[in-house]
Formats: sequence, C-alpha cells, structure tokens
Amino acid sequence: MTETTGPLLAADGTPLKRKLAQSLFRSRARAFGLTLPLLAFIIVVFVIPIAQFLTQAVVDDRYSSLMPKSTIALAEWDGVSEPSEALAAAVVADLALAKENKTIGKVATRVNREKSGARSLFTKTARRAAKMEAPFLDALYERDKKWRDIEIWQGMKVASKKYTAAYLAASVDRKITADGKIVRQDEQRRIHITLFQKTIWIAFLVTLFTFLLGYPVAFLLSTLPMRTSNLLLILVLLPFWTSLLVRTTAWIAMLQGEGVLNDLFVAFGIAGDDARFSMIYNLTGTLIAMTHILLPFMILPLYSVMKTIPPSYTRAAKSMGATDWTTFWRVYFPQSVPGIGAGALLVFILAISFYITPALVGGQDGQMISNFIDYHMRGSLNWNLAAALGGVLLVIVLFLFWVYDRVVGIDNMKLG
Amino acid sequence: MKKLTTLATASAIAMVAGGAFAADSITVVSWGGAYTKSQVEAYHKPWMAKTGNQIVSEDYNGGLAEVKAQVEAGNVTWDVVDVEFSDAVRGCDEGLLEEIDHSMLPAAPDGTSAADDFIEGALPDCAVANIVWSTVFAYNSEKTSGVSGIADLFDTAKFPGKRGLRKNPKALLEMALMADGVPAADVYDVLGTDEGVDRAFAKLDTIKGDVVWWEAGAQPPQLLADGEVVMTTAYNGRIFNAVASEGQPFEVNWDGQILDFDLWVIPKGAKNKEAAMDFISFSTDTQRLADQASWISYGPARKSSGPLVGKFHDGSVEMGQHMPTAGENLTNALVNNFEFWADNQDELNERFNAWLAG
Repeated sequence: MTETTGPLLAADGTPLKRKLAQSLFRSRARAFGLTLPLLAFIIVVFVIPIAQFLTQAVVDDRYSSLMPKSTIALAEWDGVSEPSEALAAAVVADLALAKENKTIGKVATRVNREKSGARSLFTKTARRAAKMEAPFLDALYERDKKWRDIEIWQGMKVASKKYTAAYLAASVDRKITADGKIVRQDEQRRIHITLFQKTIWIAFLVTLFTFLLGYPVAFLLSTLPMRTSNLLLILVLLPFWTSLLVRTTAWIAMLQGEGVLNDLFVAFGIAGDDARFSMIYNLTGTLIAMTHILLPFMILPLYSVMKTIPPSYTRAAKSMGATDWTTFWRVYFPQSVPGIGAGALLVFILAISFYITPALVGGQDGQMISNFIDYHMRGSLNWNLAAALGGVLLVIVLFLFWVYDRVVGIDNMKLG
Repeated sequence: MKKLTTLATASAIAMVAGGAFAADSITVVSWGGAYTKSQVEAYHKPWMAKTGNQIVSEDYNGGLAEVKAQVEAGNVTWDVVDVEFSDAVRGCDEGLLEEIDHSMLPAAPDGTSAADDFIEGALPDCAVANIVWSTVFAYNSEKTSGVSGIADLFDTAKFPGKRGLRKNPKALLEMALMADGVPAADVYDVLGTDEGVDRAFAKLDTIKGDVVWWEAGAQPPQLLADGEVVMTTAYNGRIFNAVASEGQPFEVNWDGQILDFDLWVIPKGAKNKEAAMDFISFSTDTQRLADQASWISYGPARKSSGPLVGKFHDGSVEMGQHMPTAGENLTNALVNNFEFWADNQDELNERFNAWLAG
C-alpha cells in the first residue's frame, strides 16, 4: 500500500482538484464567450445610449459654454444683492459674443426655462450689445426695464451651472433658487408628483383587474381536457399576437359615444340616446384598454404554474373532508402563488411605462408619466427634463422591484 | 481579365450615376392628408417636371423632435420640412435649421421684390412661409344652427354637447379670452398678465368636462362626422376639404379665428441643400402659391398670389371666401403672436398640462 495522505494527482502530476477547477473554468469561459455577442450588443445599443441620455438630467452646459465670462461672474454673485457692474459688463460682452456666433437663441431658450420672458429680453439686448458702453448695468436698464427684475439674474445664475439639479428638482415639482435652496413649484404648475402617483395607481389597478379576470381563465385552461384548453389558449394568444395599436383602436370603436357598446346600451334602454356613457378618452378608457392588452401577460404565467399543480392534491384534500373553498384556499391557491407573483410583476412593470394606449384613449385624465416624457421629447424639446423624469421613473421601478423582492421574493416567481 | 475590368468600370459608372441620381432626389416632409396632396399637386409635380428631379414625400405630425434627432445624430435624411412658425423660429434659435438667403427668392411678376411681396413676418431667418392658415371653430350645420360667434364654442348651456379642442394652449387661451369678451386687439396684453391667464383658464374651466382633445389635424373633421362632438376647433383647410371633397355638411365660423403661417425650412446639414433651396424658391413663387390655394383653402403667403386664386380644382367652389385672409372673415381675427409664445410657452404649457391632469 502506498501513502494516501497526499492530494490525488492527475495523469500529468497536477493535483486533481486544480485540474478540475481549470477544466470547469474553461467550460464556463466558453459558455460566457457564447453570450459575449449578446452582451456586447446590449451594452452598445442599450446600456450606453440610455446612460448617456440620462446624464442630460444633471448636465447642461449650454449657458456655461456659450456665455463663459458671465458664468464666472455669476458664480461669484450671491444671488440676492443688486448685480455688480463687473457682472453686467461680463453679461454684455457675452451677449455680444453670442450674437456674433449666432448662439444667442440657444442661450435665450435656456434662461427662458428658468424665467419666462428671458428669451425676448436676451435676443433684444444682444442685438445692441456690441454697441453698449460703460456703465453697463445702466445700459442694460436703459435697454429694457426687465433687467431690473432680479429674477432674470437669478434665472441666469441657475442656468449657468453646468452640473445642475434643476431638472431633477423640476421632475418632482421643485425648483432651485439662485442661492441653492430647493422650494416647491408654484401651485398651478405642480404636475409631476400627481402624475407619478396616478401612474403607479393605474399600474396597480390594471394589475389587480388582470388578476381578477385572468385567474379564473388560467384555472379553467389548466383543468380542462387538453383539446378544449388548447382551443381556448389560442383565444388568449390571438389578441396577444395582434398589434397593440390595432387592439387600442378597436377599443375606440367599441367604447366611443357612437360606438358599439353605447349603441347596445341605448337599444336596451340602459342609457338614453342623449346621455350615452363616456367610456373612452378618459381614465376609464385607459383602464379598460390596458387591462385587455395586458391580460395575456397575467394568464400565461398563471397557466404554466397551474398546469404543474398535481390534481391529486386537491382530490386528497377533498377526500379528507375539506370543503371546496378550503381545498382551494389552503391547498390550491398557495401553490399558484409563484404564478401570481410572476404575472403581477410582469403586468405592473409593463403597465407603469405604458405609452401608446393612454396617448390614444386617455383623454385628459387618463395620461401617464410616459406621455409627459414623450411630450418633453417631441413637444417642448426639453430633453433634460425628459431625462430627469425617465430617471425618476427608473428609480421608482427599481425601488418597487426591491420591495417586491423583499415581500414576495424573486426566487418565488415562476415564468413557466 | 479584360471582361472583369469592363465589369468593374461599368459598375463604377453605375455607382457614380446612382450617386448623381440620389443627389437630385429630395425628401420633402409635410403634415399629410389633404394638405400634403395640395402641395404635391401644386409644387412637387411641376418641380419634378421642370427639373427632372425626384421628390420623396413623407408625412409627420409637426414638432422639431425628428429634425433635432437627425441633426444631433449627424444623419440628416430630410431636406425640406413644412413647420409651424414657432418651430421655425425655435429651430433657428437652437441651430437646427439652415439659414436661408431670402434674396434668392424670385420677385413677383410685376417686379416687386420677394421681401416686399411676402406678407410681413413671413420670412424669418431660417424659413420661407408658403401659406397662411388659421384655427377656427366649426360645427355640423345639419345638427346645429344659430351659432353666432366664438362665445358659443364655450357656451354648453345654449349648445349642449361635447367640444373638440386642440390639446395645446396656443390659440386655445386666445380663443378663451375672446369668448370671454376680450377684443382681438387686446388679447395678448391681457394674456401677458397673471390675471389674464387666470381668466383664460377660468373660461376653459367652464367646459372642461365636455372636451374631446385632438392632436392631429385630420381628427376634428372625423370627430364632427362621427357625432363625437357638436363643435370643434380645427384648421380651416381641413374643414373646407371635408366639405368640398366629401360633401360633409360642416360650417366654419370665422369669428375669433387665429391666423398663423406654415413655412418651409431646411434641417441643418441636409444632404441636398441646393436642390432643397431650389425647390423652396420654386414652390413659393407667385403662381405656385396661387395654385396650391385651388387644392386647399389656405391663403398664399405672397400678396401677388391673391388675385390669381380661382376656383377649387374641380371647379365647384370659388375659393376666395374660404380663405382665412378674405376680408369678411377678418372682422374679429387675431394673428398669432410668436414672440409672446416663445417667451411664455414653457410656463403656459406647464400650467396647461397641470390644468389638464388636475
């Protein structure tokens, strides 16, 4: 017998343990290598552009790069006292430069976001800036009395910061004052907080409705004989395969004032011809259409989980004297929870960022936060604010995801 | 070997020729529907016949988002875009549009220079206006009668039923004030004060529950035709075409109309800038602008085109009285004040959105 205390060795003399680790590493590296193209693809076309866009929420160098002298002067100004002659001189010099470089429009638009009316003041003053003479502060006052308004200067000071929290503040209905304090937006202009709340509320309601409607359907599908259930499954999948736009438009035809449902209501005397129900272009329309569109995302995970619950468990419960309700609630339902978790999470996250359906059928009170992100992307061209709103939405979703993980547990979820 | 060389030469020639061909094909983007059709008939077809160039016509729904995206990505595929006045000026401000040398525009037939021939304000730095359009309100004359003026648009007691309104504070706030009794001449003075803005929103509050909001120009005629709304604001040409081409019984009420320009612009860095410029000068000459008015009831931006405007292209209707610029339509009319909106749009849009959601 030889000594057996030493490590086991492979044929070439290296310890077997290391050899095994080496070969495991190699196979893992090979597997990882296969995913590399996808990883690279995701990073290049998804992660980098989004990250780059989101930086716009906190970086805005339009003022500081185009009006360099006054940026320095504004940084030294305290934000409350009357602007100094040196500051005025820097502003006049910058305005003349911006006029010459034809960048005055960009600067004016930027400051106008902080203080309405700044745009025309800037373009008007810039036309004359090259000819202005000292004392510059008086020259500005003489050109337009709006320069006496300290809020214009405060707006410039806020705009001059390259790294700014102004957009993030705006996305939660706050604004940043010249001395760096964060205050609430004027009451009539507060909108985003309410919208975030409404968006979460809509997503929650849609999740609830899809659950209430989808659970019995999934149950039916999983208990019926294969041939019938396959037929029914097609009925679930057919809308799933139909374009979202088509389904939304179909709901318009169904729900509008002169639409199919209202015509039926009138025919059966449920509604008067002149008092038809408003079921579209409002919150009701958004909820109905979104529930319908997202229903398959609830049914399918539920179905795939329910399919795996052995019928013998419920039979056993019943044979031991449990009522139908007890059997369902104590035996069947707990086993279907992973499906509910998956379906609810899927529906909720899709719903919270829904865009096209609320845009088409939401009217005035059925709009969600993504419609405002779209508005700032395409309408107001305030991409910084769009980035800030998008960032806040992302944080909210991640936070809810974290809460969900703590409460339900991500491991507890089954997609099929 | 020789065969191969010939083949290579041939394909090189083909590529050069293909390139040359592509340079003479421009992409013109406009608002679609009856409006784009009027431009295709009046501008595109004659220009293609004259120059042998091709035009790819695309539709969009307004705004500068696509232009901005193309310019910032450095891949500009649009050559000429039809935009609203506010976008023409804002795009110019933000450096998204090419500056246009207005001296290249042809003079009127009587020799008046382009600068004098165009209506005042029609030639901002980066754009050339082609039409004057207006926001009006309209109704179905078979179902509604006795409408006297803009106040009736906001009077749901006298005319019960839904109202279609454009989901945009521009023109809407002005209409609300005029309906509240502010004379057209004072509208922007009133709107310039906080009390004036409050007053406009208070007027909107009175019909808030009865509004169907629209965004695309093709929607209001549809809303009227479906009976979804009793009255709606609309672009005047869309209503006219629904009447003239589809025989819809719609009636335009010109009281409180708000006039505005549509303009051609060239996105910064457009690949076929010269052909684009040639197209713009061609399409905005006196005859072409008058021709367009025979396809849709928008007023030409040149004074010299006015007398040349005749009948609708099928010969059915005399166009003159359907133009927003016709004398009898101007009794209580307002010209959109661009400066006001450039200064206040951020604030008013925010307030409007908050009002909508609240």
